[in-house]
Amino acid sequence: MADPSTGAPDFDGWSCPLPLRHTERIVMGHGGGGRMSGELIEHLFRPAFGASGELHDAATVPIPVGSSRLAFSTDSYVVRPLFFPGGCIGDLAVHGTINDVAMSGARPIGLSCGFIIEEGTELSVLGRIAEAMGAAARAAGVPLVTGDTKVVDAGSGDGVYVNTAGIGVIPDGVDIRPTRATPGDAIIVSGPIGEHGVAVMSQRDGLEFGTEIRSDTAALHEMVAAIVAVCPDVHVLRDPTRGGVTATLCEIATAAGVGIEYEEDRVPVPDAVAAACSFLGLDPMHIANEGKLVAIVPEAAADDVLAAMHADPHGAGATVIGRVVADHPGVVTARTRLGARRVVDLPLGEQLPRIC
Amino acid sequence: MKYLDEFNDPDLAKRLFDEIATTATQPWAIMEVCGGQTHSIIRNGIDQLLPDSIELIHGPGCPVCVTPLGMIDKALAIAARPDVIFCSFGDMLRVPGSHQDLFGVKSMGGDVRVVYSPLDAVKIAEEHPDREVVFFAIGFETTAPPNAMTVHLARERGLTNFSILVSHVLVPPAIAAIASSPTSRVDGFLAAGHVCSVMGTREYGPLVEQFGMPIVVTGFEPLDVLEGIRRTVAQLEAGEARLENAYARVVSDEGNVAAQQMLSTVFEVCDRQWRGIGEIPASGWRLRPEFDAWNAELKFDVADVDAPESALCRAGEVLQGLIKPHECEAFGDECTPRTPLGATMVSGEGACAAYYQYRRLDVPVEVATGG
Repeated sequence: MADPSTGAPDFDGWSCPLPLRHTERIVMGHGGGGRMSGELIEHLFRPAFGASGELHDAATVPIPVGSSRLAFSTDSYVVRPLFFPGGCIGDLAVHGTINDVAMSGARPIGLSCGFIIEEGTELSVLGRIAEAMGAAARAAGVPLVTGDTKVVDAGSGDGVYVNTAGIGVIPDGVDIRPTRATPGDAIIVSGPIGEHGVAVMSQRDGLEFGTEIRSDTAALHEMVAAIVAVCPDVHVLRDPTRGGVTATLCEIATAAGVGIEYEEDRVPVPDAVAAACSFLGLDPMHIANEGKLVAIVPEAAADDVLAAMHADPHGAGATVIGRVVADHPGVVTARTRLGARRVVDLPLGEQLPRIC
Repeated sequence: MKYLDEFNDPDLAKRLFDEIATTATQPWAIMEVCGGQTHSIIRNGIDQLLPDSIELIHGPGCPVCVTPLGMIDKALAIAARPDVIFCSFGDMLRVPGSHQDLFGVKSMGGDVRVVYSPLDAVKIAEEHPDREVVFFAIGFETTAPPNAMTVHLARERGLTNFSILVSHVLVPPAIAAIASSPTSRVDGFLAAGHVCSVMGTREYGPLVEQFGMPIVVTGFEPLDVLEGIRRTVAQLEAGEARLENAYARVVSDEGNVAAQQMLSTVFEVCDRQWRGIGEIPASGWRLRPEFDAWNAELKFDVADVDAPESALCRAGEVLQGLIKPHECEAFGDECTPRTPLGATMVSGEGACAAYYQYRRLDVPVEVATGG
């Protein structure tokens, strides 16, 4: 049953009329390139993505006039569980790659998606994921233009893995990269941190805990366009995903050979994130975000950039948390709430909960 | 989360800092026993804001840090077995044994799982009757009650495929060992609040009398820690030595009686090796003989596995407060959180890891860039 407003199929009430016959689960044949693969594309992916064009080995995307540089990025999504409060692997895969492209200042113009699906995965699960991808892409105005599907033996995967790649066009005169962080620059985060990581952790096996926190997964390219419009000279943009804001700041400090100082009490941490981190022994600054960005801009432009961010639905909580400094190059420090200063280190790997 | 803000209030903290500074007329060395307190002190920079006369010595209270190398090697040997699902708190996965760590075993195909509650390991055993499920039962008196509960439940439910590898340690004997050491510089102790929430405070009165030092039961938020320090300094300045409870919102004199009963049903006191310190008499718990069937050391025949400590690592001196972490020659060079020689560099609660993470700017440059 298609939703007339979006053209997307309704997979919750979905039943399979003719195609996708014989099975309600993915079988090896769905990845074989034959008739079953074709049916999966025709009756599941294309309706979900709202794609109607001619099928070919490659998509063609027109390049807007006046752009001389492309941004190109890819990311793979292996999140577990596949569905979590506030999102699923599908919208995450769309938002994540749109954001990666946008962090160069680019306007995303097309996405690819690759699915690696474990044999035995329910078609309804795949349908919900594809539908979420299509909805996210339509909402962002960035089409999914090409894709691929492979099926692996049961036990060789973890349900569904998704890879997306994206291309975007960079406005002339915009030059955004980590090495441009300059002493004196203001460091802005776009809103409350830690929501995605805590939302996913709250659903992990053996760690279910009640929280009202939902993933912040969102596409940020419109906010980036607004930032670039008021401050074409924005120096650095990054989305603080794995490793959180800490990893982002440490990487920028190292890349640019500058010091970074922030004030702990200026970092927006939702109470529920602070509480979950407190009992798990984690630091909110190390927790993944999927709908936030860190902007490093010339001090003189900070107010304009903040105003532009505040006008965007995803930037209402934007705030300056610190400064780029010439001291201690490569090192990030935090001023603690009590007024002391400490070094902030890159998280080593996956955060290990402390035990007591 | 009101308590997080209330016990982290900068104005109240400043008042406590001021009072400590006014009270202290001479140098005092105070040991915080618990790794959680060490973490709070370093992370919030409490040690930087105290007057120079007050020195905090970071004690041996990180359960991961003091688990002996031989016990880690036993864990690795058991976890590598194809018939075993090995369950552990997350912190233990990166603790190096003689040759590798539990992450290494996992990457070689070992079924190593992080659990957040020991009771989850019991659940895993019930779900996998064809596998042996082993839980690594480490820690102080704080983690011991749920660990004891696992074998109690396993016995009650007739679970024969579950066992625990026990390396429990006790706080009071460690305080006694440090206080009686001829090289000790400690003038007073902050006792570990959460250990006392289980065991109560009664074990500490005799220590106060024996060593003539104040012991103040202390919590973990910045204001808790500062209040513990303030009361200890006040006693020292007054020439007093008393047991005080500065964490009364959590700790009662008698502690958690139900937990204590569970502990005495399942465990008995034994001598225990402490990594970096050596053997301390009557400083640990092991399973009582009636729980032999759930004792992983017996079940998997690893009693002979043992290992010498790193010759470079001076964790023992750090744990006893004889040197600061950055005074160790290996700090930041051979020994970093990525390549820890001793367990004090592994856990976030370990004194060396806390220094490496938060204080590198304060130590000499060649050390700071060594990682």
